[in-house]
Amino acid sequence: MSFRSITGAAFLACTLAPSHAAETPSIEELWALVRDQQARIQELERRAQEAERKLADASEQAAATAAQVEATGDFVETLASSARPAADSRIGGYGELHYNNLDAADPDRDEEQIDFHRFVLFFGHEFNDRTRFFSELEIEHSLAGDGAPGEVELEQAYIDHVVSDKLSAQAGLFLLPLGILNETHEPTTFYGVERNDVENVIIPTTWWEAGAGLTGRNASGLSWQAAVHSGLAIPVAGSNAFRVRSGRQKVAEALASDAALTLRLKYTGVPGLELAGSLQYQSDPSQAGGDGLDSGTLFTAHAIYQRGRFGARGLYGRWDFDGDGVEAAGADEQTGWFVEPSYRFPVGNGDLGVYARYEDLDGARGADQFSQWELGLNYWLHPDVVFKFDYRNRDHDRAADAGRDFDGIDLGLGYRF
Amino acid sequence: MRIVAALLLLSAIGTHAESGQYLKREEFLKLAFATGAPVERVLWVDRGLRASIEEILDHPLSALRIRYWRNDDTTAWILDEIGKEKPITIGVTITNGAIGSVKILEFRESRGWEVRYPFFTDQFTGAGLDQRLELDRRIDGITGATLSVRAVDKIARVALYLHRHATKS
Repeated sequence: MSFRSITGAAFLACTLAPSHAAETPSIEELWALVRDQQARIQELERRAQEAERKLADASEQAAATAAQVEATGDFVETLASSARPAADSRIGGYGELHYNNLDAADPDRDEEQIDFHRFVLFFGHEFNDRTRFFSELEIEHSLAGDGAPGEVELEQAYIDHVVSDKLSAQAGLFLLPLGILNETHEPTTFYGVERNDVENVIIPTTWWEAGAGLTGRNASGLSWQAAVHSGLAIPVAGSNAFRVRSGRQKVAEALASDAALTLRLKYTGVPGLELAGSLQYQSDPSQAGGDGLDSGTLFTAHAIYQRGRFGARGLYGRWDFDGDGVEAAGADEQTGWFVEPSYRFPVGNGDLGVYARYEDLDGARGADQFSQWELGLNYWLHPDVVFKFDYRNRDHDRAADAGRDFDGIDLGLGYRF
Repeated sequence: MRIVAALLLLSAIGTHAESGQYLKREEFLKLAFATGAPVERVLWVDRGLRASIEEILDHPLSALRIRYWRNDDTTAWILDEIGKEKPITIGVTITNGAIGSVKILEFRESRGWEVRYPFFTDQFTGAGLDQRLELDRRIDGITGATLSVRAVDKIARVALYLHRHATKS
């Protein structure tokens, strides 16, 4: 639309609407209005540019602040990490307090005592990703020394070297891969105040030796262990003749004329299931030739199955010894087994487990030839803290040992960390 | 003595093999996100979040931030938890509040190695979190690997809780 058309339309509008003629602005007024609005637009443009610049500055500052916060977070986390104890060294431990109240057929053999049976400290160090040291130091029966009932024992001190993700090697003083409890015996992991007797009489748990070994594993859950190590020195005379447990030398200036070999095969390829068998051969378990004890072979097999709240475990162990003396004493074959069903369920903030166990032992001594029923419960206040109660009833096989028969209760407290 | 020497020799010849690490971070993320890993995100651990995580872990949490990856309703987390002595590095993917997969990226313990295999980790697939911050299904353990099993269980629960927290808005 041209200027002439606008002025013509304005003139026409003034002619047709005389009542509004007095309110129509003049050209000068219109021009002033346009200039005023132009100034306002320029001011708004200036303000918009300033706002954009401030926004850009704010974004830049926000990014810088975010970077500073991230850097602070990195520093604080690094500081927290370095403030923790040396990450390459670790300590741990476990302990168990026992109270036994047993009534024997022969009252002179009654037993009522309280004993801090085991106080154990672990110490481990990782030299690098592949090579580690692990140790276990134990005080048994609270007090050690001349005339004291307990002992200070070094139960583990070995180097573990990871060869590959499926193979590792060990050398030093280590626990033998036999039975259920010998390698894993923290009190929170088993039922009963006292350990089962198969892993006392037949497998002399806790049993450690010095030597070297290999551990292999594969994706199906199958693993194997092989170790060459020092052996037993079982006495061949006296009240403990041919008693396996009396043959442990505990790697304390131990006789080492004859080594031993232990092999284990274990399958844990189904969650909740463990099947394992071990074989050990000792060329001379007395460490002395011509004494009537020539060689010994130990076979153990166990199964553990935990399905939800239900659990069951069983163990069989058997020694076969060769030698005139051991055969004459009727100790050339020593066996033991147990079965133990259990049921564990949550109670309050913890877990309660009830179990029953039946054992049958045939060791070298009359005192080690018996069957035993056991009923009891564990209460886990925390997964690593347990209170235990059980009732035991033991019957010896030989009439001459009937005075040793007993029944009674045990109370226990155990922990690990 | 010959056997001992052979064992030590055998342990020495394998020193070039990789130790402990079974899955790299990039490999885990590739498995978690078929279309490529999204940009890494950071979740700052505020007081409420810290309290819940520590309730699950049953020990203090030392981290200020937790890094994760998210694509739509799927998140992926890589977290450490100590088994018996050393940290186990565990990767967890979660879609719509249920575990898609649990993978062991790195295992440094001398026992409990079974937890890294699918016969154990596959049990977690599809598990969610109940109101008590427990898994809504039973996970069968491994005898002799109690502490490693416990560590994986805790991290699965922490990852589910973090997923809930990261996707609630």
